[in-house]
Amino acid sequence: MNIWHIARKEISDGLRNRWLLAISLLFAILAAGIAWFGSATAGQVGFSSIAATIASLASLATFLVPLIALLLAYDSIVGEDEGGTLLLLLTYPLGRGQLLLGKFAGHGVILALATLLGFGSAALAIGLLVPDVDLQVLLVSFVRFILSATLLGWVFLAMAYVLSALAREKSTAAGLALGVWFVFVLVFDLALLALLVFSQGKLSPALLPYLLLFNPTDIFRQLNIMGLDENASLEGVMSLASELPLGNAGLWLSLMIWLGVMLAAAHFSLKARKI
Amino acid sequence: MKLIELSSINQYYGQMQVLSNISLSLEEGEVLGLFGHNGAGKTTCMKLVLGLLKPTEGSVSVFGGLPTEAQRRRALGYLPENVTFYPQLTGLETLRHFARIKGASLSQVEELLDKVGLAHASQRRVKTYSKGMRQRLGLAQALLGQPRLLLLDEPTVGLDPIATQELYQLIDSLRCQGTGIILCSHVLPGVEAYIDRAAILSHGQLQAVGTLAQLAEQVGLPAWIRVKITEPQKWHDHLSGLGHQVRLLPGRELEVAAPNGDKISLLRTLLHEGVSDVEIHRPTLDDLYRHYVICAANTGGSL
Repeated sequence: MNIWHIARKEISDGLRNRWLLAISLLFAILAAGIAWFGSATAGQVGFSSIAATIASLASLATFLVPLIALLLAYDSIVGEDEGGTLLLLLTYPLGRGQLLLGKFAGHGVILALATLLGFGSAALAIGLLVPDVDLQVLLVSFVRFILSATLLGWVFLAMAYVLSALAREKSTAAGLALGVWFVFVLVFDLALLALLVFSQGKLSPALLPYLLLFNPTDIFRQLNIMGLDENASLEGVMSLASELPLGNAGLWLSLMIWLGVMLAAAHFSLKARKI
Repeated sequence: MKLIELSSINQYYGQMQVLSNISLSLEEGEVLGLFGHNGAGKTTCMKLVLGLLKPTEGSVSVFGGLPTEAQRRRALGYLPENVTFYPQLTGLETLRHFARIKGASLSQVEELLDKVGLAHASQRRVKTYSKGMRQRLGLAQALLGQPRLLLLDEPTVGLDPIATQELYQLIDSLRCQGTGIILCSHVLPGVEAYIDRAAILSHGQLQAVGTLAQLAEQVGLPAWIRVKITEPQKWHDHLSGLGHQVRLLPGRELEVAAPNGDKISLLRTLLHEGVSDVEIHRPTLDDLYRHYVICAANTGGSL
């Protein structure tokens, strides 16, 4: 019950400060923009293909979804602490684990709804406006895209709780959140490429693709790109993915393991936090 | 039944000892004043009772068991020292949120807002509240679910004198219903009448616990008789000669210390002479507190 009461406040906060509306709109506009103008560089305007659209959307979501998740949740523990309400809540019949799960449920629902509304409306627009588009392929790719984007967002929510439970001040948590975003979204792939170049084959080539599993954003991109037709071009470190002996199920499982591990880490850091 | 029982608590933060050999208890319908300077260990005591800290040594029992159990937490109200609540929620929404988590009935919420004098502001966002209003909201929050045990940390901060009096009267009426209350603060003027016992904490050690009368007796602080008299200098010399502690004050006033038992005979002597006004100052909580804290400092009471 108490988990729900905490979640309910987070959801109503999300509605009140128009986070939900803003994220949904942002996703919808960007997704529609990519669908219609994504191939403008190739000299044509208009919807090109589902595969190209999903590939571009996946790149976009890799940047945006983690950022939004981190922004949504970075102050959830340290912010309550600064307002004095963390101390107060913990004197209520409410365990630290329940508090964390309540926050996660609330933020998780907001993020899932925004992803569904934003990208879902783009899918709907494509289905309605583009003549003779394969509806089944459209549905399958967008369902997979929306589910995996939500799961990716949840992983970063859980990371935000870890930071928030560790930080003593809100500004520290904000800085750490940006750092995490920077590492997973920008630095990781570059570091992996550098490793590939400098190792010059000394590293066991069978091992390398597994390194991608250490970055949830890479798992997310693989999931969506591998789901497309075979001629989708793989760039950068993503080309490693083709050598990864993990099917779709393995990738989904990896994302869920990320989520579980991060939630456990958040629980641990919240338990260890001095009140 | 004992609501709270702390026995021989030693509490450390890392290497630093913050509480040393604290034993303290609270009965139903009793108001205990817990007094001490900043950093004396008051808040640490509260956190132990609330189950937010585990005692390094010793044991804590609340309602006869561990303070962390949900059923016990429902019967406990706490007003923290600094709480700003959620600025974007209204007072009413804030209190409803806390009522839901505590499992208290929502019908209580408006009643409580009325009781603490916030009914007129219940639809306003907490962001616009003054310090005193937030303090009242905190108090309403502590009273959710009709707690049998109430812990109030600096409850009068930000309250004007009238609101302070109202708070004291509220405490009194709760005491009559059998609620046990710990009032944690610096020493406050006027609080004496509303507490059953005082506990004085200094540098993590309990310097004294007892009713004010017991403490005054223990310390032997004298009452002071102040008289307006025609020949103060003569009386000053005379009484000093008899071994009394005497102070000359401006305006032909004289102050004589009257330790226990001496008061009546001294008064009699003085009233025989040209006394035009008499005041008697009994030792106040403030005097007792000062005495204990200074004593603790002199005997190297710091840990």
